[in-house]
Formats: sequence, structure tokens, C-alpha cells
Amino acid sequence: MGPGLIREWLGGIGAIAIFCREIISSLSHARLSFGDLVYQIFFVGVKSQSVVLITGAFTGLVLCAQTYFQFHKFKADPATLAVVSVGMASELGPVLTALMVAGRVGASIAAELGTMRVTEQIDALRTLAAHPIDYLVLPRTLATVIALPLLTAEAVALGILAAFGLGVLVFDIDFGNAFWNMLRYTGASDFLRGFIKAGVFGAVIAVVGCYKGMNCPQGAEGVGKATTEAVVYSSIAILIGNFALTMILTKLLS
Amino acid sequence: MIEVRDLHKSFGEQAVLKGVNLTIETGESVVIIGASGGGKSILLKHMVGLLMPDSGEVLIDGQSLNGLNERQLMKVRQKFGMLFQGAALFDSMTVEENVGFVLRRERKLSQQEIDKKVAEVLEMVDLPGTQKKKPAELSGGMKKRVGLARAIVYKPEIIVYDEPTTGLDPIVSDSIDQLILRVVQQLKVTSIVVTHDMRSTRRVGSRILMLNEGKIYVTGTPDEIFASKDPLVYRFVNGIAELKEHKF
Repeated sequence: MGPGLIREWLGGIGAIAIFCREIISSLSHARLSFGDLVYQIFFVGVKSQSVVLITGAFTGLVLCAQTYFQFHKFKADPATLAVVSVGMASELGPVLTALMVAGRVGASIAAELGTMRVTEQIDALRTLAAHPIDYLVLPRTLATVIALPLLTAEAVALGILAAFGLGVLVFDIDFGNAFWNMLRYTGASDFLRGFIKAGVFGAVIAVVGCYKGMNCPQGAEGVGKATTEAVVYSSIAILIGNFALTMILTKLLS
Repeated sequence: MIEVRDLHKSFGEQAVLKGVNLTIETGESVVIIGASGGGKSILLKHMVGLLMPDSGEVLIDGQSLNGLNERQLMKVRQKFGMLFQGAALFDSMTVEENVGFVLRRERKLSQQEIDKKVAEVLEMVDLPGTQKKKPAELSGGMKKRVGLARAIVYKPEIIVYDEPTTGLDPIVSDSIDQLILRVVQQLKVTSIVVTHDMRSTRRVGSRILMLNEGKIYVTGTPDEIFASKDPLVYRFVNGIAELKEHKF
């Protein structure tokens, strides 16, 4: 890694930090349109339903199956669903939901704003005395921060439900025992950790998508590059951020 | 009044503006001409505060744009209306939403009053009844008219046009020229047109500035510019290329 690359990397982090400061300052200046916010929540939340529900259900199923296969070897079958609920609530639910939303929503935000930039629509907004951060970035960021914890809650609930179905109906785990174990070993802090993570990941997806779109290079190739980078960078940030958040939140919430 | 003082702008290694100086008085109708890629649009974007210079400054009614943040620039830009080269209509909105964009955001007028103003201004640009259309359903000339309607609906003091007739057929170009003249006469605004369309230049400009190699090369009335014997100006206004000899 040469000094040029490090300089470019640090420059990018600095630019994103300034972008975040502008979004925060926009909270006090912008006259947010309620209609715009609701539309964005609809776009991020409602339109991501199918993707998120499938992700949640099959993650719960595979986690249940793998855990059962290992626990069954030393007759710990009733603990299977406790592992699923903790894993889904605090790690897999928020991370996999965020990765799916990064692919769908982050890419879409970057492509939309990138196209607006190359067709001078963002310059047009500025000449019409509308701040692009107030008008374009803030509603998308708030909507993603609000919608992602809700989508995560859905994915977690469906994952646990699917795992219960598989465990009880296919692997013949005793329902009462499994349910009691789940309640005993899954704390409210596991769910809280998951929802805090989801909110942070929502902000990451929106900020990276908006930043990449608004700083998109000219031309169709530029829009494609911005879209790809938005998904790649937000996914990497989610995976690295998840580790950091797990360490910090476990300490804070325990 | 707009003053541009010793404006320099480079993109990477390429110096586009190399010390532009000019003054545009209130109510003037100025045309800036020059070769394609010569920095005319860049100069225009500096005047509106969409770009910041490497050195030099732009003053709008005595206020320098240097050092202003985006929110302070928003206040200055309220004096401007801008017609973009590709019209830059918001493609997710209808014509009426595009034209009424500023009025809706100001939240000073009722929806009925906004609808009335939008209808009036669409009438002025000869596009009555197009309120519900989307930009994708409009021709190039119609898009420019809607762009113009959006720029004039809130009655700005200065209207800037970035190549308003580029890519349009002669008849549509002529109608855009007439619209620009109509806007100048009816709204009494300062008008700045960037173009390399010489017919349009002659019709809409009361003063012409020629940008060459990053500086204002010459300024004068249309009659002076079109009668100029300066080889560069003569070749440009008459569209005569300077061909270099090539052996094929």
C-alpha cells in the first residue's frame, strides 16, 4: 500500500466525515417534507419486504439445522433454539438484513443521485435555492435509519419462527423445553444490541449511497462505478462496524 | 450588477479560465460567445456560485461569493434563474411539479395560487396544458421551455441561459430566442446567455463578450462584433475554420 493510496483513503474518510457533519447540520436547518420522508420509508421499508423476509427465514433455518447437527452429538438439542434466537437477534439478523438492504437500497440511492448529478439536476436544485443535503440526503438517511431496525425485527422474528418450526416439526425438539431455554438464554440486551446495530447500519447504507451518488464521476460509466462502490463500501463498513459494535455494545449493555 | 475579477479556474492540469474580468450591469442583456470547451459554461457556473474559483472573485450586487457556504449561497442564488443546457428537469416530477418547485418549497402560496402561477408561466412559454406530462414525454425544445418556465416563475432578477438553442432545429431555436426576448421585455431582468449560435447571439444580445483561451478577448455591441476585422472574431462569427494542411 503506497503513500498515495493511504492519502486517497484518508481523504475519502475526511470527505465522508464532512458529509456527515452537513447531514447533522441539515437536521436543524431543513424543513423536512413529511410526504418525502414517508415515501422514502415506503421505498426502503415496504419495497424491501420480500428480500428481507426470505433472508430472515432461511438464515433462521440454516442456523437451526447447523446448531442442531452439532448439539445433537452430545444430547443438547433443547439448547438449539436458544442459540438461534441469540444469534439472529444480535448478529445475523441485523448484519444480513443490512447487507441485503445495502444491495437493494444503497445501490438504488447511488444510481438515482448519480444520474441526477450527471444530468445537472443537482445543480438545478442548487439554483432553485434548495440545499441538496436537505432535499435529497436527509429524507433518505432518516428513512433508512427508521426502516432498517423494523426490517431487522421482521427478519429476526421470522428467522426464529422458521427455526422453531424446523426444530419442533422436523428435528423433534420438545417445544416447551426449547421455548423455556430460549427465554432463559436470550436477554433483552441481545435484541437491543441488534436494533442499535440496525440503526447504525441504516445510516451507513444511506450516507455511503448518497455520498457516492452526489460525487459520482461524469457519464454512464461514472454512475455504474458509483453504484458498485456504494454497495461494496457500505457492505465492508457493515462487516467491520459489526465487529466494533459487538465489542462496544456488549461492554455497555452487560 | 455582476462583477467578475481576475477569475482563474483549473481542473487538474488543465487551466480553463485564466484571468477573466467583466462587469454586467443590471438590466443588461449580455451574450458570451466562444469556442466549445472554452470555459463559457464554467464561467456561468461561477457567476451563480455553483463552482468556486481557484483565485479571483465574483461579486453579485457588491457581495463577494468567496468564502460563502452553501446556505449563504442559497440566499444569493434566489436572485438567479438558470436554464441549463440539457434543461435539467427533475425527471421524477411532472411539468407542473417542476415549474412550481420553488413556490411549493417556499410554502407562501396556496396550492390553487401555485397552480395559477404555473399555468400563467406555461402560457408565457407557449406550453399551455402540459402540466401533467413527464419530462420523458417532451421534445428537446419543450424541455427547454419548461426549464425556462421553472427559472422565471419566481421572478428572479437575473436569468442565465447555458446554450439555450444547442441541439435544436432552426425553427425551435428561433422560438427560444423569441422567448428570451419576451422574458427580457416583460420581466425587465438582467439576461446572460452563453452560446455559440451566432444567429441567436445577434438577436438576443445588447452586448457581446467573446471568451478565448480563458480570457475575455473582445467586448462590443452586436454590430461592432459582427463587423469586426479581427481575424479571430471574424472567423468565429462567420464560422470559418482554420484548416491545417494534412497529407493523406
